[in-house]
Amino acid sequence: MKNLNIIGKSKKKIDALSLATGNAKFTDDFYVKDPLFVSFLYSPHAHAKILNIDDENAREINGVVDILHYKNVKQKLHTTAGQGYPEPSPYDTVLFDKKMRYVGDRVAAVIADNKQIADNAVKQIKVEYKILKPVFDSEEALEKDAPIIHDENSYMPIPVKYEPEHNLAAEVEIGFGNMKNGEKEADFIIEKKYSTHYASHAAIEPHSVISYFDEMGRLVIITSTQVPFHVRRIVSKVLEYPLSKIRVIKPRIGGGFGGKQEVFLEPIAALITIKHKRPTKIILSRKEVFQSSRTRHPMKITLKTGVKNSGEITSLSLNALLNTGAYGSHALTIVSNAGSKMLPFFNKVKNIHFLGRSAYTNLPVGGAYRGYGATQGYFALNQQIDIITRKLNLDILEYIKKWHIRTGETSEVFKALGEGTEGVTQTIHSCEMDKCIDLGAKEIDWYNKRKKRIMTGEDKVRGVGIGFSMQGSGIPLIDMGAASMKMNDDGSFNLLVGATDIGTGSDTILAQIAAEVLGINLDKIIVLSSDTDITPFDVGAYASSTTYVSGTAVKKCANKIKNQILKVAANMLNSDEKNLTVANEKITDTTKNKSVTFAEIGSYTLYTKDQFQVQASASYVPKLSPPPFIAQFAEVEVDKRTGKIRVIQFVSAVDCGVALNPKLAEGQIEGAAVNGICYALTEDYKFSKSGKLTNQTFNDYKIWTAADMPEMKTIIVESDEETGPFGAKSVGEIGINGPLPAIANAIYDAVGIRLYHAPFTAEKIYSELNILR
Amino acid sequence: MEGTFIINGKEKTLNFNADERLVITLRNNGYTEVKNGCSEGECGACMILLDEKPVHSCQIFTASVQNKNIQTVKGIGDLYLPHIIQNAFVEAGAVQCGFCTPGFIVATYALLNENPNPTEEEIKQAINGNLCRCTGYVKIIDAIKNAAKSIQKERASL
Ligand code: FES
Ligand code: FES
Repeated sequence: MKNLNIIGKSKKKIDALSLATGNAKFTDDFYVKDPLFVSFLYSPHAHAKILNIDDENAREINGVVDILHYKNVKQKLHTTAGQGYPEPSPYDTVLFDKKMRYVGDRVAAVIADNKQIADNAVKQIKVEYKILKPVFDSEEALEKDAPIIHDENSYMPIPVKYEPEHNLAAEVEIGFGNMKNGEKEADFIIEKKYSTHYASHAAIEPHSVISYFDEMGRLVIITSTQVPFHVRRIVSKVLEYPLSKIRVIKPRIGGGFGGKQEVFLEPIAALITIKHKRPTKIILSRKEVFQSSRTRHPMKITLKTGVKNSGEITSLSLNALLNTGAYGSHALTIVSNAGSKMLPFFNKVKNIHFLGRSAYTNLPVGGAYRGYGATQGYFALNQQIDIITRKLNLDILEYIKKWHIRTGETSEVFKALGEGTEGVTQTIHSCEMDKCIDLGAKEIDWYNKRKKRIMTGEDKVRGVGIGFSMQGSGIPLIDMGAASMKMNDDGSFNLLVGATDIGTGSDTILAQIAAEVLGINLDKIIVLSSDTDITPFDVGAYASSTTYVSGTAVKKCANKIKNQILKVAANMLNSDEKNLTVANEKITDTTKNKSVTFAEIGSYTLYTKDQFQVQASASYVPKLSPPPFIAQFAEVEVDKRTGKIRVIQFVSAVDCGVALNPKLAEGQIEGAAVNGICYALTEDYKFSKSGKLTNQTFNDYKIWTAADMPEMKTIIVESDEETGPFGAKSVGEIGINGPLPAIANAIYDAVGIRLYHAPFTAEKIYSELNILR
Repeated sequence: MEGTFIINGKEKTLNFNADERLVITLRNNGYTEVKNGCSEGECGACMILLDEKPVHSCQIFTASVQNKNIQTVKGIGDLYLPHIIQNAFVEAGAVQCGFCTPGFIVATYALLNENPNPTEEEIKQAINGNLCRCTGYVKIIDAIKNAAKSIQKERASL
């Protein structure tokens, strides 16, 4: 890279020490005087109508302030999906409904002076239900005589297909070329069914909200959110309360991964504060997070490929069915993404058909989750490619290198599939997929392990597998990020961004961008982010957008500041702007060998002559969404006696453009990869016959600890994305796509069993091995 | 109930309910550096040192630890005088969202007090009671290794 001082360096995260010493504040760490506490009553039935609620006894308990339910809260349809407006998700939710659609659906809220009283009072509410027949399977839900889950007046706010009377929460279909001809051209057809499962984001900080009136009578909401501006809008609309009277503050957030892109607690806290004029605190328990927040949508995929003996794919049909659970949050966009992120990868395929549908069922609610449909889609594609190349005895790595999309190329899919509507035409400007494959393969010693079935004990055998993928960087023409800056007397700057740091380090990355443009040290940038009263707008932390979209806004803003400073310096030095250079916190006239420092400029503009505030703001809406690329490799050991899997080594080689902060970029990949590995092996939702989630503790829902870790390696393969800020693309989501298929392919490599249905539990592998015997 | 505790070296008298867990008492009294991620003894965000032993404070009844020594992450080091371990976490990129970090620092502190030169396996075992969803543990393990080295160096130079 060109001469850069701050970009490309692993600068310390600016909030890290504050976090490591326990100073930094998360939502629940804020003190509010005498708050009201909330406990929820949840439906024990998967599908039921409430005939009556009797809250008399509960109300009589000392300390109970109020009880909210369908009888006393206005029913305003909305979506909890914190997306751009109008949201491409159905308006199928009200705060308190008469109908219950899954075990864990919200019946009522008890508001009390302390949490214990609220918890006890919940048990005193009597509810009469009329139990309805539930449906849990996404295919059954779409059958003719299936029980209808949304039989009220839910609707889609954008003009796309939505048929709640058939439990169809979303449908998208595209096609190119001619499938029949494509299949005719093929020497053989491979058609396989795959399925992925439920998962919890399991951010260690549970969902938390505090609301109160400030001294001016404005409503303040401090919340663990990824989308503060969407929170403000949705609260305003749902409660019909003026947006101008709401201030949303995002403090430190204890992880999001998509789970905090949902606005389902803030309206309730706000409602209580408005009604009772008292601060309100809602902190979910871990059980509630598992059961009644949001999850990763399970998906059923049928992938049919026509293939020539040369390996060329002549037709590709992808049929994806999302189980969106009881509500349709992100139901359209996630199923679309399974196609839009996966189909362009092999862009030479001429004949393509994609049908994506989302079905309502009586199970927990899906939502945004790191990977966002791409994870599910690539699970199928990667295994299919493994199957094809094994059948043809082709080297899978060479095969991927031969057929993947590359720099200068495009795919019709980019235009055809967007966020519920059409997408945007784009050409790839940067792609180092080949290098990712080569370096990753070298690291894991692929060719000495692949198809070798190395035994490491009497019953233990090893194998390796690959999972490749691409993602995007923001949502083109929809996402918007903005920044503003001002200069202080000592040459430091306040940088205000709407962008939402949820632990990713975006505050640091954005400060690095500003510091680099201005040629100053990182500590001269004072960042304040995500306060709807103070910072400019930003859609928030999702769709892998922050670095690319908000980062470009910051870069534009810093450039405006730089121009202003140059003008002042030219005056101060009596120079021509052309002769000025900016570096090391000063501006130098190279012809005169004279310079002024930033501190001198800052002071001059505020106190000396022609005073004005050096300040600027800038917004950015991307026209493109350049994909990062990744090749991920797993080495596993299968115990043939027990079916137990051990991941021995996991390698990720990623092209995320220029890594603005390599350590933070690695951290994104490492965290995503481990999340993906757990998703493949241990994480799953287990339901009783009546649809009740039975493993809602960390004890029963296993996410890994350090002791479970394999040898991990992350390789950053730089490319220069000319459309991105200092060459950057995204890196936040992509790392979760590879583990599921890489491990499945590695298991096949080791023992020859093909696992179409995730997760890969020991029992499943054991029984498959028995079939093989 | 009322009881006395030694918290971060200072004697404190606190009010609490008879069946209250220590994490709640501490947080209610301003020790919000002790986090609550699950209340079920699984995540380690609430980890503190109780008479120098790392424990999940959500699994301890406040009433049962009166007059005992309680040390939170702030007792190990603060913003103005951070401990080597805290600096090591910062340098290694081991802090993402940071919600788990106080617990990890406490666990590391206990480990390095007992075993200043741990193997990688010993490190992994020592932080087996702490969950981190953001980092994938790679940089946390790096940080602990670096902290051990720095502490040894410091001792050698004394
Ligand atoms: S809060 Fe104590 S272990 Fe999770
Ligand atoms: S840094 Fe977020 S949970 Fe560990």
